[in-house]
Amino acid sequence: MLSWTDQSLKVIPYKLIEGMIVAAYAIGANFGYIYCRAEYPLAISRLTHCIHECEKYGLLGDNILNSKFNFRLKIKKGAGAFVCGEETALIASIEGKRGMPKPRPPFPAVSGLWGKPTVINNVETLSNITSIISKGAEWFASVGTEKSKGTKVFALSGKIVNTGLVEIPMGITLEEVVFNIGGGIPFNKKFKAVQIGGPSGGCLPMSVIKTQVDYESLKDVGAMMGSGGFVVMDEDTCMVDIARFFLNFIQSESCGKCVPCREGTKRMLEIIERVPVAYKEGIDKYDQLQRFKGIIGLKRLADVIRDTSLCGLGQSAPNPVLSGLQYFKDEYEEHLFDRRCRSGVCKELLTFTIDTTLCSGCGLCKRKCGTEAIIGQKGEAHYVLQDKCIKCGMCLETCRFCAINVN
Amino acid sequence: MVELTINNLKVKAEEGMTILEAAKSVGISVPTLCYMKNLFPTGACRMCVVEVTGQRNLLPSCAFPVTEGMVVETNSPRVRRARKTIVELLVENHPQDCLICVRNKNCELQDLAERYAVREHRFAGEKRKHVVDISSPAMERDPAKCILCGRCVRVCNEIQKIGAIDFSGRGFASIVTTPYNKGLNVSDCILCGQCIIACPTAALRERSSTKIVSTALGNKNKFVVAQIAPAVRATLGEEFRMPAGTDVTGKLVSGLRRLGFKKVFDTNFAADLTIIEEANELVQRVVNNQPLPMFTSCCPGWVKFAEMNYPEIIPNLSSCKSPHEMEGAILKSYFAKKMGLDPRDIFVVSIMPCTVKKFESERPELGHDALHDVDSVLTTRELVRFFNMAGIDFSDLPDEEFDNPLGESTGAAAIFGTSGGVMEAAIRTAYYTITGQNLDNVEIDEIRGMEGVKSATLTMGELEVKVAVVNGIGNVRPLIDEINAGTSPYHFIEVMACPGGCINGGGQPIHQNLDNVMKRVRALYEIDKKSVTRRSHDNEAIKTLYKEFLKEPGSHTAHTLLHTHYHDRSGK
Repeated sequence: MLSWTDQSLKVIPYKLIEGMIVAAYAIGANFGYIYCRAEYPLAISRLTHCIHECEKYGLLGDNILNSKFNFRLKIKKGAGAFVCGEETALIASIEGKRGMPKPRPPFPAVSGLWGKPTVINNVETLSNITSIISKGAEWFASVGTEKSKGTKVFALSGKIVNTGLVEIPMGITLEEVVFNIGGGIPFNKKFKAVQIGGPSGGCLPMSVIKTQVDYESLKDVGAMMGSGGFVVMDEDTCMVDIARFFLNFIQSESCGKCVPCREGTKRMLEIIERVPVAYKEGIDKYDQLQRFKGIIGLKRLADVIRDTSLCGLGQSAPNPVLSGLQYFKDEYEEHLFDRRCRSGVCKELLTFTIDTTLCSGCGLCKRKCGTEAIIGQKGEAHYVLQDKCIKCGMCLETCRFCAINVN
Repeated sequence: MVELTINNLKVKAEEGMTILEAAKSVGISVPTLCYMKNLFPTGACRMCVVEVTGQRNLLPSCAFPVTEGMVVETNSPRVRRARKTIVELLVENHPQDCLICVRNKNCELQDLAERYAVREHRFAGEKRKHVVDISSPAMERDPAKCILCGRCVRVCNEIQKIGAIDFSGRGFASIVTTPYNKGLNVSDCILCGQCIIACPTAALRERSSTKIVSTALGNKNKFVVAQIAPAVRATLGEEFRMPAGTDVTGKLVSGLRRLGFKKVFDTNFAADLTIIEEANELVQRVVNNQPLPMFTSCCPGWVKFAEMNYPEIIPNLSSCKSPHEMEGAILKSYFAKKMGLDPRDIFVVSIMPCTVKKFESERPELGHDALHDVDSVLTTRELVRFFNMAGIDFSDLPDEEFDNPLGESTGAAAIFGTSGGVMEAAIRTAYYTITGQNLDNVEIDEIRGMEGVKSATLTMGELEVKVAVVNGIGNVRPLIDEINAGTSPYHFIEVMACPGGCINGGGQPIHQNLDNVMKRVRALYEIDKKSVTRRSHDNEAIKTLYKEFLKEPGSHTAHTLLHTHYHDRSGK
């Protein structure tokens, strides 16, 4: 299974192919699949090329290097379902079925592809085999912590100076990754959080930045290694908005098989979506109540989803919200009670006003405003009608006198 | 054997058993929704989750095998909270129109909501909006009520092997639907209704005919008559809290008369008639070297399946109409003449265990003079609603006899309702037709029971007849492949679309207990055993019918009234 972090394949697919040949030889397999999203055409074309080359040189096919061992590789193009990263769903997808996970046991090693014993691993794992075989297990184990050995590739992205793929030894702290390897936060902004492990990873704040990068430590603080995503966020990021964004992704990528993931993540999203909503005159009392009740029940719902979902996607789906509630409770409360977004991301909670002392009365904002929310005479200070304002921010962009205030 | 602890109870279980089965063996019930006995667990609904010491998450007990020393809690606060939340989530995405729902008081979701005391809308939000699929004359599909447990999909794909419905869409937009979301009538559906039996809610249901029948009963100019299928008498009692397998024939007759039916006839009479015609057809086919093996055509689901998927075997289908259509045809000809009635005034209502009979009764070729042989079909479930509406206390009804002359029947007809029954009845008469003698032992054990394909070889005089019985449409394809390959050893094959036969038909009371099916089957065999005559050709009323009206089996009149033809529906 290839994910974004495995874009390294574009560079070194031979490592993967060799790793797979060794793994196949070890377990006595004669057929291997590389499951790759069809959206990565470059990776696919390079892999295809490399497989052909290996076949040409007799490294794949029948009787490899006179060892009487046969092994063939096939690329299976996935249609882009996130859930197909889950091993049983991936197997179903290769079999041509709908990509839905199955309960385990039986594990793929007992009954996998076409009901046969199957070893299924990440690209990163298989690519490590070659180095381990040639340099020895001790060499590999010398890197990393006691329980998490070796190195891990992360895809650094977000509000960080050095973005891209990095391979780090297990056990170094998040701080080192963010501030040394990543080069810190650009534009002298403050670090707010780092989200580790892909869309369903947890968001970790400054207070736990000294956490070691290894499987156990990350789990202890509410994140996970996952697919190796490493998204850094600065002070301009709103944690409620982040939770909404990732939940939206997860619930639209849920395969729809098990109830907690299908229905539960949708309800979580709805609850989160009701939070950054501005107070309006005459708002339905029932809706108001629902807004608070939703948040009260959010933790319980998240716990049940984590506790009962069929596969890893559902079990980890509440992570962005749970870690948000744990580390950024004050931000949630601000949104909920004060209806304020400190990062200025949640548009509906913003109030646009015009500083009368700075406004020159040029009328540019008035002309640009799509909802006629700005009134005023030419040459005199203008005024924003709050009930007409849709918080699009157009006035802020057009004002040449910095007269628009946003709170 | 492994020993484990369930709710502080030491339990011995066989290796490979699931936690659910182990718990059940000691009387601990765990709620389920997607679980289906004898099928590989899908683990979709998460209702059956239990707490196992040492496991991070709750585990689905339907899918998780027991291990030595395992400590299981099926009713801890954590488990109860999880289950309640799951029920709440399902309820919140459901129309919640229980008061006007056809499955009110017979709905698994409703039961669970009650059991877990769901009392408020904690997760109110968007609901799925779907249109009811009423394209089919026999069934309705209401995806808004669907809880996506997948039981219908599994019945359709894994048991019936039809594949008319499957999951589509992702996440919250998931839906169980037909290919390209077109109506059931243009899908591969054979309308057997097994999915209705499997559905925990009212997402799948029969197309109701109660209104048409009710209107007809109120019409003074109509002579409304009812006929009762063999399988209905052994199941209807279940809806009135009688034990499964109770024979309620007498009560049914008196009940239908109280509902206003002028005459109540027995489809068993026509079942005997079918046997006479079918046995004759079989003999004719053997003598005249016509296509063999011959397939029975009593099951309209099977007929539709053959027309849609294997049009090349249409010549092998018996041209006999199904029993209730024969009864209808005789009612609108022989009976009408005898009673001095205009056939147009007779309104024939069939009480059937079947949904696809609704489709069958609308086939234009099943009728003559622009009249359908059967005007309306009520399933067992719909009849129960009729009784309830009329305030008839079914259990207190007296036993009454069928009206004659179309009410007399033999034991051979009674077993039509179970898989292998038609074949057994046909053999009894075919033996007589071929040898001129009666079979000594009329019970043919090889073709009884619940196996998928049953076969027997019988010696009839000098003829060796090989017969097969297909129990459930999912088992029929290999036999057809044999025929197409020219290697089929059989002369006569019975096919029933529903596993177990009509006794487990798509219009029967909804149950989730396979033992009930066995009890129903036993009830039918019991009726046969107690019958004075057990061979269709000994039916005196049938003899009179032939003497007075049809002349002989396969005669011109018989052909016009009792035989039909089929269409290639494959679209090729």
